[in-house]
Amino acid sequence: MKTPVVPSPTDSPPRRDTVAAVPAARRTRSGPGRSGHRISRHLPFSPWLFAAPGLLVVGTFSLFPFFSTLVNAFTDRRTLMPGKFVGLANFRELIHDDMFWTGLRNSTLYVLGVVPALVILPLLLAMLVQRHIPGIAFFRSAFYTPVVASIVVVGLIWVWMLDDRGLINAVLEAVGIGKVGFLSDQWLLLFSAMTVTVWKGLGYYMIIYLAALANVPRELHEAASVDGAGAVRRFFTVTVPAVRSTMVLVGALASVAAFKVFSEVYLMAGPSGGPAGEDTTLVMLVQRVGTGLTGRVGYASAISVVIFVVTVALMLLVLRADRKEDA
Amino acid sequence: MSILTITDAEGRRIPAWRLLLRYVLLLAVLALTVGPFLWQLSTSLKGPGEDIFSSPPSFLPGHPTLDNYARVADTIPVWDYALNSLKVATANVVTNCVGSALAGYALARMRYRGRRAATLAFVLAMLVPVEGIIIAQFTTMRELGLNNTLIGVLLPGSVAAMNVLLMRNAFLNLPHEVEEAAFVDGANVWQRFLWIALPSVRGTLAVVAIFAFMGAWDDFLWPLIVLSDPGNFTLTIGLNYLHGTFANDERLVAAGTIIAVLPLIVLFACLQRFFFRGVGEGAVKG
Repeated sequence: MKTPVVPSPTDSPPRRDTVAAVPAARRTRSGPGRSGHRISRHLPFSPWLFAAPGLLVVGTFSLFPFFSTLVNAFTDRRTLMPGKFVGLANFRELIHDDMFWTGLRNSTLYVLGVVPALVILPLLLAMLVQRHIPGIAFFRSAFYTPVVASIVVVGLIWVWMLDDRGLINAVLEAVGIGKVGFLSDQWLLLFSAMTVTVWKGLGYYMIIYLAALANVPRELHEAASVDGAGAVRRFFTVTVPAVRSTMVLVGALASVAAFKVFSEVYLMAGPSGGPAGEDTTLVMLVQRVGTGLTGRVGYASAISVVIFVVTVALMLLVLRADRKEDA
Repeated sequence: MSILTITDAEGRRIPAWRLLLRYVLLLAVLALTVGPFLWQLSTSLKGPGEDIFSSPPSFLPGHPTLDNYARVADTIPVWDYALNSLKVATANVVTNCVGSALAGYALARMRYRGRRAATLAFVLAMLVPVEGIIIAQFTTMRELGLNNTLIGVLLPGSVAAMNVLLMRNAFLNLPHEVEEAAFVDGANVWQRFLWIALPSVRGTLAVVAIFAFMGAWDDFLWPLIVLSDPGNFTLTIGLNYLHGTFANDERLVAAGTIIAVLPLIVLFACLQRFFFRGVGEGAVKG
């Protein structure tokens, strides 16, 4: 893909380029001689050659699958069988599928449980590591380590930590509380998975908040101090308003990610989703019904469409909450 | 008067008790974030004769041994899996750097009909949630005959839309004058891209490379779907398999997870600033 661009020789000015590209340049901008537009002359096809690899990958593996998911949702396609149009049958089936409601419930609970923690805790953490005191670079890096690790590593570490005979239960037993079935009870399992998600996300959002905190003018804090506001008061009257747009961004990123949770629950509850599948999330359900040689591509696509719709709705909801606070 | 006097940005002293409180909190969070990794490391170094379930727990291995690392390789071909992960991650770095630099340059620095449409295609692709299209990606991959291959693992993320947009932004921020001078000197578009523009965006390119490596090395859902033959597993899928099949041997799982996480921790320790920079740039875009 590179060869067609190279041939124009280095030593002679690119005459042919110029001739070919001038009309194109005139069409887009009508200021001849303006700098920044002269520079844009090139072989007529070179922009597309530059963009081709990216467009090809993104088109084949993102945009095309997106549209084909939308289409498949209205067919009874299976992995090895081309489907036929079935109208809304998949969606009618969804309404009566208990597992779908279980998945929707768990993914929604995940958003409600994880997002507040991921909006607030990383902000507090960022405030903790904001001052340039000795050794702070080490702490910042250490707090980021869980972000770097694969979710599989993180999941397995916590499966072992929370095991019936693992570290946490050993400690709980030693202090006389007794064992807790973190990985056997349906609700505790979901809660444990949420904790792991929060644990892994803390460092990431901490870095985002750190950038936002750097932009809060010191004078605001000082003025509040002079007025006699304590640390808690200053947090709510100075820090929070100053980083509010970042909190909205974090809320949007975290809620979309939380609704699509898969790996944590898959690793901690197992492929079948915990006791009686009660911990199945929506993406786990897509993976379960849509893959393999007998995968129901059509039905899994219908669930995916629900995921698209909720994801967009969550984004709009968060952005709307932002605007309301403005008013 | 303490010997060590800590001052804030304005040169005023921070009271000692507040400094102490801050360090106590920092150490508490440190124990929470790094502790679980150390516990896993400790478990992986405990020999078969040592009780790993003791209560109260023993934090340090009594007789540290690398025995579990040899045994995990007998149980699953963990080094082959690591090699597969390394292949996919390395290829992902190359394809993402080349593909997103080329496309980013075309979006930022060239003028042609359809540039807006091309930009829009990448923006839309970035917004599509991967989890929602994996089944369609899987059927596409089957039709291409690439399921159950490492190429199949690599392809969907080989030029990530977000990286293209990151590179586009980087190129947009370059002053036009430099390239203009090269143009006057007779450099063609390819030469200007390779020798003038690309060296100026090395920082962003490094961010793209690091996140491409980390993304491929850590990925779980997509390889889980596209790979079915244990011979082609990547490390994350191999670990999941190990956990599912030999769940009762915690020492082996611990050794496997340490093998999977250590390269990234080393990478992170060496190239921290690019990791942090990537979070900032990615969040603004994402």
